[in-house]
Amino acid sequence: MAENTPLVEMRNIYKSFGGVHAVEDVTIDLFAGEVVGLVGHNGAGKSTLIKMLSGAYTADSGKIFIDGREVTINNPRDARKYGIETIYQTLALADNLDAPANIFLGRELMRSGYLLNDDAMEAASREVLDRLRLNLPSVKEKVVNLSGGQRQAVAIGRAIYFNAKILIMDEPTAALGPEETAQVGELIHQLKKEGLGIFLISHDLHDVFDLSDRVSVLKNGALVGTVHTADVTKDDVLAMIIAGKLPEVATTPKSAQA
Amino acid sequence: MSTKPAEAQVQGESIFQRIVSLLELDVRQLAMVGALVLIWIGFDIVTDGIFLSPRNLWNLSVQMSVVGVMATGMVLVIVARHIDLSVGSLMGFAAIIMAVLQVQVFPIGASWNWWVTLLIGLAVGALIGALHGFIIAYLEVPAFIVTLGGLLAWRGANWLTTTGRTISPLDVNFQMIGGGIDGAIGATASWVVGVIAVVLIVFANLSARQRRQKYGFNVKPWWAELLILALTAAVILYAISYLNQYYRPRTEIPRGIALPVLILLAVTVFMAALVRYTKFGRYVFAMGGNPEAARLSGVNTRRVTLQIFVIMGVLCAIAGAISSARLNAGANSLGTLKELEVIAAAVIGGTSLAGGMGTISGAILGTVLISSLASGMVLIGWSTSLQQVVQGIVLVLAVWLDVFYQKRRVD
Repeated sequence: MAENTPLVEMRNIYKSFGGVHAVEDVTIDLFAGEVVGLVGHNGAGKSTLIKMLSGAYTADSGKIFIDGREVTINNPRDARKYGIETIYQTLALADNLDAPANIFLGRELMRSGYLLNDDAMEAASREVLDRLRLNLPSVKEKVVNLSGGQRQAVAIGRAIYFNAKILIMDEPTAALGPEETAQVGELIHQLKKEGLGIFLISHDLHDVFDLSDRVSVLKNGALVGTVHTADVTKDDVLAMIIAGKLPEVATTPKSAQA
Repeated sequence: MSTKPAEAQVQGESIFQRIVSLLELDVRQLAMVGALVLIWIGFDIVTDGIFLSPRNLWNLSVQMSVVGVMATGMVLVIVARHIDLSVGSLMGFAAIIMAVLQVQVFPIGASWNWWVTLLIGLAVGALIGALHGFIIAYLEVPAFIVTLGGLLAWRGANWLTTTGRTISPLDVNFQMIGGGIDGAIGATASWVVGVIAVVLIVFANLSARQRRQKYGFNVKPWWAELLILALTAAVILYAISYLNQYYRPRTEIPRGIALPVLILLAVTVFMAALVRYTKFGRYVFAMGGNPEAARLSGVNTRRVTLQIFVIMGVLCAIAGAISSARLNAGANSLGTLKELEVIAAAVIGGTSLAGGMGTISGAILGTVLISSLASGMVLIGWSTSLQQVVQGIVLVLAVWLDVFYQKRRVD
């Protein structure tokens, strides 16, 4: 993989729902070991755009490249095949199951053809949660009894156990307290160091700004632009979100590859 | 590094709580067993010892098998956030199909008649379940509506099949499924079943313990493991010796376990294993807890829904076979209002109508409880109307207690 080949490139993506253009001609990319924030108002098209990468929706038109190769993603299974894992704030976990059941949901380890291997899943879950430095009183505890930060770690554990290359985090800190938000921030830094590419979605700019290397701003379904967070201020990005206007120093999506 | 649950929670716990957590018992089910014991003792006192006689308990075991078989399936249906109102009608329709084939289509007395009709009956149950499941999962009509339609349609179809006539008598071999005079396995075979059950339980527990130790997980202390195994074995063997005191008419030959009870046992073990050890069972609960999460995890929620209703249909057919065999007739009214008893049994047994929560063992306990109430009230001589009032109150009370318990646990 060449240095300048993006891990993910979504090119000229369109998606409409019953005549309403939710996403119009949006192009974004993501490199290994990079965090790209996707920001915009509610209904700006962030979630719709990213759901086409995670396989929840299929694009009306446009192309998706993974490691420079064009791919077709029709469902979550396809996305996983390409190492794309999604972490949803509210939708990720089955509350009535424990951490191992959630981490392995849909990809259970089996003892033989038909029997679940709960012990192996429990052991592997402990390992992966230790790696995230998560202290659970018991991994067999139902997820509903865990704190917001712990639940988020379970969701992330779910992604990294299966060697995700590309992580999509949808509002990962929206329901968390300051301390737990900091924890998730640490997790993101650690995952970056391990070479994962991360899309971070939020409608709250302050959440993303500190964690992202670049920020792509969407407004009314269209891309306003992509900027390096080091080059701009929060106010610049706010202006992009609200007024849809690019700051003077802004980089275009193309020059982001430099 | 995960700390051990037992150590983490020691502080502020009573001795009772510690014992319960060490034994890994389910407090809720323990409370239900407690309630059941109270009901049994109460009825036994009021009926001057008739209620707990071997004869009555043996009959109770046979009576509960029809509802019990279907209640295990209802757990899956309700856990997955659906409902099935058609089980009574479906069971009646499967029964009438079996009766008609057996008596009017196939040669009476043919040795293969009973099992061929039984298999066809099960297939009919599966097909109807598949139809319900298909409409619910793929055409997205709510289960409440689909099965409400089923409740009417299959009852009507039952009537149309025979224009309301009762089909009787059934094949002699088929009748045994109902637990009639020859429908029990005798004392020796009952002991064999009991011993096999004990051996299997001991083996399953010890091998699970060994696997957990291999992974370095903490396990119950030996005394707790052995205490539970000894208690379980004692209960099973005592139950068999007690039921073996019920004799065939005018003899001293014990009847032994009735065939429908054996069928219920087999269904229960199968369903419990399905829930506990297979992907399918895991997905049913995941869908109940969070359907969106299950779908996004790549679970084919539509297919799982279809499968749930197929299983429910087969269980209805089994219940229909037991019920008609016991009655020695395929009748139009067979299974009427059974859907309410089945749902009540599952819900009293701790299945949450909000979905995601429920156990097979709980549903069986719930079945024992409502069957005991029915049997006890009949012995006392209460009218059917009064029985219905009491059953209605018990259902609401049980769910209220559950809501109360859940709330307190969250707070």
